[in-house]
Amino acid sequence: MDPQSSGSRLTRPIARLGHAVVFLLTALGRMRFTSLQLGEVLRQTYFVGVRSLIIIITCGFFVGLVLTLQTYDTLTRFGAGDAVSTVLSLSLFRELGPVLTAILFAGRAGTSMTAEIGLMKATEQLDALDLMAIDPMERIVQPRLLAGLIAVPVLTLIFNMTALLGGVVFGIFMMGIDSNVFWGNMQNSVELGRDFGGGMIKAVVFGFLASWLAVYYGWTCKPTGEGVALATTQTVIATAITVLLLDFVLTAMML
Amino acid sequence: MRSSHQIEFAAGVFLLLGIAALVFLAIQATNGGSFSSGSYRLTAEFANIGSLKPRAPVNLGGVRIGSVDSIELDPISFNARVTLAINTEYDQLPDDSSAAILTSGLLGDQYVGIEPGGSPEILQDGDKVLITSSAVVLEQLINRYLIGNTGEDES
Repeated sequence: MDPQSSGSRLTRPIARLGHAVVFLLTALGRMRFTSLQLGEVLRQTYFVGVRSLIIIITCGFFVGLVLTLQTYDTLTRFGAGDAVSTVLSLSLFRELGPVLTAILFAGRAGTSMTAEIGLMKATEQLDALDLMAIDPMERIVQPRLLAGLIAVPVLTLIFNMTALLGGVVFGIFMMGIDSNVFWGNMQNSVELGRDFGGGMIKAVVFGFLASWLAVYYGWTCKPTGEGVALATTQTVIATAITVLLLDFVLTAMML
Repeated sequence: MRSSHQIEFAAGVFLLLGIAALVFLAIQATNGGSFSSGSYRLTAEFANIGSLKPRAPVNLGGVRIGSVDSIELDPISFNARVTLAINTEYDQLPDDSSAAILTSGLLGDQYVGIEPGGSPEILQDGDKVLITSSAVVLEQLINRYLIGNTGEDES
């Protein structure tokens, strides 16, 4: 059953969505938590998480820097330069942290997951696993799903940290905002559960979504070089669109 | 290709880094959930709450002692009933304390200011603050100033 080739232009995306959900439910249904599996999850967390650290840290730092620069420039026109840390922390924790991390994650780690699984399919490694009575769903799909679920929230936290560092560097060291005012304003305006916790819920949802889409596109790609390339592109596009769309829905639900 | 042990070690360090970031951000960059540590509720009725919103601070002498929990309209008296969540640390408020809706700065947010009274009795959970003063609505002030009366006496 290949959802890509059957159906009309209108019914194909719907069939694909249904197929993706069935794929996810199958993977979740076959989850097992043996020590071997958990070791594999840890290994995958390394590949998708630790390997994404550099891009997350670099982007986070410069996002924090430029966000502070822009808001400080605007706020000083209203004589409210001290509120820069409020704007920085709220926009980071609520929106920018989870969303940018998920999109960067899709670009850095999601694509490599898709390409890896697609290539396994093209070189018939998945069939080989099946022949050896090893369930590829359990051996390949499940660790990657869980790794994404773990890695994205952790990466979001690190992104937020480095972005705050960028804000501190610009606000405190370069613009000379008093550090007590900077942190005090932030502590007064950011609520642990609602602002910070809400952002972390988003990060968990996005992490799950990003790894699900990456694995699904790899799993269903055409087993050719062209098919793998197409699936990799689709992963990034699909993740970016769904993350931004879902971000709106989640924000509307939480506010 | 690194050995399996090194990879697991790096993944462990990664997770620890995440936990460290979580702790740092939760303590340094948020209110730390200090008001969820335990609070008791007081109610106060106001004729007009202006633009007071839930989660607005409740201050006593400029120090934050709680937050506005909920706001609803009393269907009989048509007063706004504001529920205040006061930190249990401050459970010695006299029962003749008064509550007023004030504005921080000229255009700042509105908050509830508590003025302590001198009664030996203290306010308990669920009690009502009887002495209140409503928010000052800027438009009404301007109206009174421009028209030069209070709307009561037309002579």
